[in-house]
Amino acid sequence: MKEEIILDVRDLRTSFFDDEGFEIKAVDGVSFELPKGKTLGIVGESGSGKSITALSILRLIAKNGKIAGGEILFNNRDLTKLSEKDIRSIRGNDISMIFQEPMTSLNPVYTIGKQIYEALKIHQGMDKEQGKKRIIELLELVGIPSPEQRMKQYPHELSGGMRQRVMIAMALACNPKLLIADEPTTALDVTIQAQILELINSLQEELGMSVIMITHDLGVVAETCDYVAVMYGGQVVEYQEVKELFKNPKHPYTVGLLNSMPRHDVDVDELEPIKGNVPSIKNMPKGCRFAPRCPFATELCVTELPKLDRKEDGSEVRCWIYSDKWDGDPEVKVRNEERTS
Amino acid sequence: MLKFIIRRLLQLIPVLLGVTIIVFSLMHLTPGNPAHIIAGENAPPETVAQIEKRLGLDEPIPVQFYHFVKDAVMLDFGNSWRTSLPVTTELWPRFWVTFELAVYSMIFSIVVGMAAGIISAVRQYSWADVTVMLVALFGLSMPNFWLGLMLMQWFSINLGWLPPTGWGSPEQIILPVITLGTSGAAVIARMTRSSMLDVISQDYIRTARAKGLKERVITYRHALKNALIPIVTVIGLQFGGLLAGAVLTESVFAINGMGKLIVDRILARDFPVVQAGILVIAVVFVFINLLVDISYKFLNKRIDMD
Amino acid sequence: MKKELLKVNNLKQYFPVKGGFLGRTVNHVKAVDDISFEIYEGETLSVVGESGCGKSTTGRAILRLEEPTDGEVYFEGEDLLALNKSQMREKRKDLQVIFQDPYASLNPRHTVGQILTEAMQIQKIAPRSELRKRAIELMEIVGLNAEQIDRYPHEFSGGQRQRIGIARALSVDPKLIIADEAVSALDVSIQAQVLNLLKRLQREFNLTYLFIAHDLGVVRHISDRIIVMYLGKIVEIADKKSLFENPQHPYTKALLSAIPIPDPEKKKERIVLKGDVPSPINPPQGCRFHTRCPFATEICRTKVPELRNLDHMKEGHRAACHHIEKIHSGEMALQK
Repeated sequence: MKEEIILDVRDLRTSFFDDEGFEIKAVDGVSFELPKGKTLGIVGESGSGKSITALSILRLIAKNGKIAGGEILFNNRDLTKLSEKDIRSIRGNDISMIFQEPMTSLNPVYTIGKQIYEALKIHQGMDKEQGKKRIIELLELVGIPSPEQRMKQYPHELSGGMRQRVMIAMALACNPKLLIADEPTTALDVTIQAQILELINSLQEELGMSVIMITHDLGVVAETCDYVAVMYGGQVVEYQEVKELFKNPKHPYTVGLLNSMPRHDVDVDELEPIKGNVPSIKNMPKGCRFAPRCPFATELCVTELPKLDRKEDGSEVRCWIYSDKWDGDPEVKVRNEERTS
Repeated sequence: MLKFIIRRLLQLIPVLLGVTIIVFSLMHLTPGNPAHIIAGENAPPETVAQIEKRLGLDEPIPVQFYHFVKDAVMLDFGNSWRTSLPVTTELWPRFWVTFELAVYSMIFSIVVGMAAGIISAVRQYSWADVTVMLVALFGLSMPNFWLGLMLMQWFSINLGWLPPTGWGSPEQIILPVITLGTSGAAVIARMTRSSMLDVISQDYIRTARAKGLKERVITYRHALKNALIPIVTVIGLQFGGLLAGAVLTESVFAINGMGKLIVDRILARDFPVVQAGILVIAVVFVFINLLVDISYKFLNKRIDMD
Repeated sequence: MKKELLKVNNLKQYFPVKGGFLGRTVNHVKAVDDISFEIYEGETLSVVGESGCGKSTTGRAILRLEEPTDGEVYFEGEDLLALNKSQMREKRKDLQVIFQDPYASLNPRHTVGQILTEAMQIQKIAPRSELRKRAIELMEIVGLNAEQIDRYPHEFSGGQRQRIGIARALSVDPKLIIADEAVSALDVSIQAQVLNLLKRLQREFNLTYLFIAHDLGVVRHISDRIIVMYLGKIVEIADKKSLFENPQHPYTKALLSAIPIPDPEKKKERIVLKGDVPSPINPPQGCRFHTRCPFATEICRTKVPELRNLDHMKEGHRAACHHIEKIHSGEMALQK
C-alpha cells in the first residue's frame, strides 16, 4: 500500500552568508518524506543542520540566510516558491512549530490568551468571544488546569513545562496538518519531558496530525517516531523506518551514535565513541562528510561525496559501503550489521 | 499599583530634602554678601545691616534653612531681592515658557528619534540605516547653541522663512524646538535601534513569525513594546538634560524662559529666585523619573509590584 | 574495608530571599536541607536530580565556593568548614572541580600552557623549570595534541575544551574531583569520549569522583554509587545496580521510568508525574515529594521520612519514604 506523503523534501540546501559574504552551507542536501499522520524524527548533533532544516520548511531562517536550492513539497505545493503572503497563510495554520526554549519563546508582555488569540484571528477570523471559547478548549486539550484564569496570565507566571504546553496549544490553534517540534523537551527536566512527549503523542493520535520531531536524543526518537532521518554535517546520511534504524543501522555514523550513547536501562562497560571532532561548518570535508571520523573510510570516501541512495525497502543511506563502487573490505558491510545486533 | 506609587512618592521626600540642602548651601557658600550687592558698593554699614535683618540673613544658617523649607512647602519663596516682586510671580510665566519649549522638544525628540530608530533596526545595514546613524552621530556631537545659530543663519537670515527670535507663535517655536530636540532625537534613535535589534533576535519574535503574523504587526506589536523599556529610560534622562539645554537655547533665540532668568539672577545674587528656580527644575526632574518608573510597570509586567 | 575520603554531615545551604520595603531577608531558598553522605576513596559517587534539587549547590558547598549555612564536611578526617582562608586554599589542591561550560571557566586570554601551569605554580607542584614539560605531559594524558600548547581556548572545540578543563584539574594531583554536569553540554559522540577519558584517568591516578549530573544514562555508565536528590533532600542512596534494578523511592521509580529508552521495541510502564517541582522557598511540609507522589497519604504530608534500609534492600541502600514496605509488597500499587 502506498502511503500518502504530506511532506516531501528534496535535496534542500540552505546557506548563510557571514559579514565577509562567505557562504556557509548549513543545510546541504537534505531529502526525506513524511507520510500523512506519521512522525518523522530528524536526529543529529549540534551543527548537523537539523534545526535549520526545520526553519527552512516554514521559511523562518534569519535574514542573512536563504534557501539556495531544492524543493519542499507540502501537499504537492512547493513551499520554496510561494509568495511571502502565501507562506504566511500557511504558518501557524497548516503547519505550525514549537521550539526548544519555552522560557523565551513566548512574548513576556502579553497574556498567553492574547498570544493564542492572534493565530485564531488572522487565520480563522474569530472574534473575541469565539476566540475565548477556543482558547479555553485548547488549554484544556493540552492539560492546563483552570484555563479561564490561566489565559489571563503572563508567561513569567508559568513554569517551563506549562509554557511548553501553552506553545503547543498555540501551535494547535488552527488544527495544523503538520506540527514541527524543534527539540521541544531539551530544556525540560525528564519528568516534565515525559509529560510533554506523552501529550504530543496523544494529541497526534487524537487529531491525526503529522509531526516532525527534531532532537539529538535517540531515546526520544525511539519513543515517538515512525521514521527517522539521521543528519550529519548538513546532510541526511540515513533515512529509515524507526525499528529498522535501531535494529539494523546502516551508516557508520548512525552505528557510532548508537554505540556512544550511555544507556540507563542496560550496563555497558566501555562506550565506543566516534573518534575525532565534528567538522567545522565553514570547512567541510570534500568527500563524505563523515570520512575523517569513519573507521572504514577509504580513498574513495575521502575524495568523493556519496549520494543518498534509495533501497527497495524505502530506506536511504549516503555511504559508499552500500554501493557497487565500494573499494574497501567487502566484509565491512556484514560486520557493521553484526555490531549492533 | 497604587501602593507602589504611594511608596515611590514617599521615597521622594528624602530626595527633595537633599536637593533643597544642596541648593541652599551652594548659594550660601558662594562668596559675596548679597546685602552688599543690594545696598550698593558704597552703602554705609547700617544700611547693610538693616537689609540683612530684613532678609533674615543675620540669623544662623540652620534657622534660615528652616524658614526656607517651611515657606517652600507652601510655595512661598519670598520676594526677589532684585525686583522685590514675589518670586512666584516672577517665576511662573517664565517657567511655563521653558516647560513648553521642553515638552515640544521632547515630543520632537521622541517622534523623530523613535521613527528613525525603528527604520534603522528593521532595515539593518541598509542605506537608510547608515544614513540615520550618521545623522544621529552628527546630531549628537553638535553643541546645541551652534546648531541654533546655524539654523537661525539659514532659515531666518538667508532664507527668511522663520523668525530668528522670540517665543509664542508657531513659526517662532520651530527653530528652538529643533535646536533643543536634536540631540535627544539622536540619543533616542540610537537607543531605539539597539533595543529593537536586541528584541528582534529574541525567540518570541520567531514564534510570532511562525504564527503567520505580518512583519508590520511583529515590529509594532511584538517587538516595540518589549523594546520600549530602555527607550523610556533614555527619554526620562533626556528630559532632565533638556531643562539644562533650554538655558542655552533660550539665550540663542532670546526667549524669556526660566533658564535665562536663572542665569541673570545668579549674576545678580538674587538668591530667592535662583533657589526657587533650581528647586522647581529638580522637582520636575524627580517627577519625570517617577513617571518613567510607573510606565515601566505598565510596559513590563515582570517587574514585581512590591 | 573501604576508606572514607569525604564525609558530609547535616549540610545545609540556605540562600536568603530579599524583599519588602527595606530589602530585608523575608525568606530562604532551602537549596540543600540537611543532607549527609560519604564518599569512599577511588569510587565515583553520583548525585542526580532535576533542576533545583540542590545537586550543584551541594558540590559548591563542599568546595566552599559558597559558604554553607550549616553542617560539617570532613575531608580525610579534617573539617573543611573549620579551615581559614589560607588553609582552605592549600586544601584546594586535593579537591578540584570541572564545570559544565568549559569555555566559561577557562580564561580566554591565557594559552592552554598558561592555564595548565597556573595552578601548579600556585600550589608549588613542580619547580618552575619543569612546569611546561609537565603541561605537555598533561595534554598528552587527556588526549590533546601537545603541539597546541600555545593556543587559546577559543581555538578548541567544546570537547577539547572540556579536556583542557580536566587537564587543569589533574595538574595539581588532586584526590577528589567534583564534576558538575561536566559532560552535559557535549554532543553524544564527544560525550562518550570524555566519559571514557574520565574512567581511564580514575584507574590510572586512583581518583575519586563526585559526579553531579541529570542524565541517568551517563550516571549509570560512570558511577559506583548514586544519590538521588529532590528539592534539597536525599530521597535515595544506593549502589548503581540496586538503584537501577531495585529502586525503592517513588520519585526514583518515576525518574527512571520517565527517561526515553533508545529501543523502539522495548515497551515499559511509565509513571508520569503530575505537575511541576514545587518552589524551594517554602517547600512542602513532611515528605517534599508528597505533592506529586501517586502513593502519598496523610503521614507523608506531616512527617519528614528518614533514610531507611530494609531487609529486601542491599546493604547501604537507603530510601526516604514512609511506604517502602507497602509499595514493595504490592499492597500499594499504581492505579491503572
